[in-house]
Amino acid sequence: MEYERDFLRHLYRRMVTIRLFEEKVGELFLGGEIPGFVHLYVGEEAIAVGVCAALTDKDYITSTHRGHGHCIAKGAQIGPMMAEIFGKKPGYCKGKGGSMHIADFSVGMLGANGVVGGGYNLAVGAALAAQMRKSGEVAVCFFGDGASNRGTFHEGVNMAAAWKLPAIFVNENNQWASTTPYRTTNNIEDIADRAKGYGIPGVVVDGNDVFAVIEVAKAAVARAREGLGPTLIEAKTYRIKGHFVGDPEKYRTKEEVQKHFTANDPIKNFAQKVIGAGWLKQADLDAIHAEAAREIEQAVAAARQAPYPDDSELYADLYVEGVS
Amino acid sequence: MRTVTYGQAISEALREEMRRDPAVFVLGEDMGVMGSVFGLTKGFLAEFGASRVIDTPISEAGFTAMAVGAALRGLRPVVEIMYVDFTPVCFDPIANQAAKMRYMTGGQAAVPLVLRAPGGAGRRNAGQHSQSLEALFTHIPGLKVIAPSTPADIKGLLKTAIRDDDPVVCIEHKLLYAAKGQIPDGEHLIPLGRADVKRPGRDVTLVAWSRQVGFALEAAGILAGEGIDAEVVDLRSLVPLDWDTLAASVRKTHRAVIVQEAVRRGGYGAELAAQIGEELFDSLDAPVKRIAGLNVVSPFSPALEDLTYPNPGTIAAGVRETLGRQP
Repeated sequence: MEYERDFLRHLYRRMVTIRLFEEKVGELFLGGEIPGFVHLYVGEEAIAVGVCAALTDKDYITSTHRGHGHCIAKGAQIGPMMAEIFGKKPGYCKGKGGSMHIADFSVGMLGANGVVGGGYNLAVGAALAAQMRKSGEVAVCFFGDGASNRGTFHEGVNMAAAWKLPAIFVNENNQWASTTPYRTTNNIEDIADRAKGYGIPGVVVDGNDVFAVIEVAKAAVARAREGLGPTLIEAKTYRIKGHFVGDPEKYRTKEEVQKHFTANDPIKNFAQKVIGAGWLKQADLDAIHAEAAREIEQAVAAARQAPYPDDSELYADLYVEGVS
Repeated sequence: MRTVTYGQAISEALREEMRRDPAVFVLGEDMGVMGSVFGLTKGFLAEFGASRVIDTPISEAGFTAMAVGAALRGLRPVVEIMYVDFTPVCFDPIANQAAKMRYMTGGQAAVPLVLRAPGGAGRRNAGQHSQSLEALFTHIPGLKVIAPSTPADIKGLLKTAIRDDDPVVCIEHKLLYAAKGQIPDGEHLIPLGRADVKRPGRDVTLVAWSRQVGFALEAAGILAGEGIDAEVVDLRSLVPLDWDTLAASVRKTHRAVIVQEAVRRGGYGAELAAQIGEELFDSLDAPVKRIAGLNVVSPFSPALEDLTYPNPGTIAAGVRETLGRQP
């Protein structure tokens, strides 16, 4: 498969932006600059970027508590994302949502979600709206292996399958449900096997290979747009960071994590492939990396200087029409 | 004016709004072919088709969240949860998604969703089909809650709720569905947040909503024979609350008796009693009183169920106590 150079640059830019953004957020959190808690997407970049590369701005995604990567992949801006994570006024949600609730409706990002498994049926609803309006839009729900054991998985996939809704369920199997290993709470190796029970395609893909992800996502999008219904994609990956920043990670060794990261870093995989094939040069990648780093530094500087929300904002947006 | 039942008024409201706005659709269990278990959507499938009268699987958490997602995309779903008792099964999409989406996205989202939920006791339906759970919803900022008592009120308020851009929970009492009343001809809309004084009086304010309004009026009739002139304030809308009407009534009568079918502990009546105590203490000639369901699982046996909930007799007795009168 051949890809346009601009498209390859775009993929690398998005993946590297996610990586650098997450590393920076982790550093700022440990430095005490970010309130609340944050969950990082390091090592899973190829999934969000690969899937979103198969979507248009008119399509929708729902995300998870580990949602920064999905946001960036769908085209959200770094500045308002960082400001939101700081709890500042220019944030995407005016500082009222924070890391776990960033949304940018203008690019079809319908929100990260603090409830594990909370996003399935929001995506199913967006898909229902698309079907009712015959708009051709598709809705993607990202979810983790832990979320796959919520009952809402069954309810959502079943309805989407029964009604042939243009929904795509993208499982990011990073092997860890918070601190619990996948295989201790599941009797099957592949979550994708469950698709059989709903009469829809179930596909396993290497989640650390952006090209492989793009291809399965394209097929799922085409199927959804044709009115043939949902696809369950299981992207195998590994959670490089703790469940949250500050997680003591007593459930695994540093060596195990390092082994995965060294052997199968999606960004290194990408670089090896595009340089090996002669599609891009190392200098191209270095330039993109530097550009992304600059953008993030600017976003951090702006977020630091930005004001917190005014006291008068406390009750704003609780209702569309006022309730006292 | 015409005479219709409360159930017919709901049907009229839904049908009129679905005819007016193609974004409005209904979904829930047994809504299509059966026309809903209480017969409220009979004929809808033939008129509007299966895409707007959706028979869902028995997946309350799934289809309620699906409705939230559709509302985020600008549709106006009206969800029926067959019994309000089942809303704990789907509390996440109500309390954590619909209620919070607008605030948490800094105003990017609107969730124009109506969730209709039949509730209430008196049908010998036992513990899992008899509750009054409005306080679960009034407790969650971001939700609006209505609990109308008459055909005219349910029609006017439900139509307004469907046009409202915020999520609205509509509590309906199953034993009101057959109750008859007059409704105005033509377009009939009632704004949320307006109470209705169903009976003016001087001596005591009876505050009620949903089915208890009728009982409060019956109690007022009994008390009138004893020279006690009770005012009955039907809140109709719990959130937003029409505090001005309620406060004006209590300032006039100096006594407040709150009637709720829900169990006493932690009910919406407790919130009202606290607000009256905080804001109107100087106007009160007697402690605020609650006449409420007992703190017990709704019993099946008619002998026990009848002991559990307020009725006109217990309401009248409560008023006498507040006034220091002997029966």
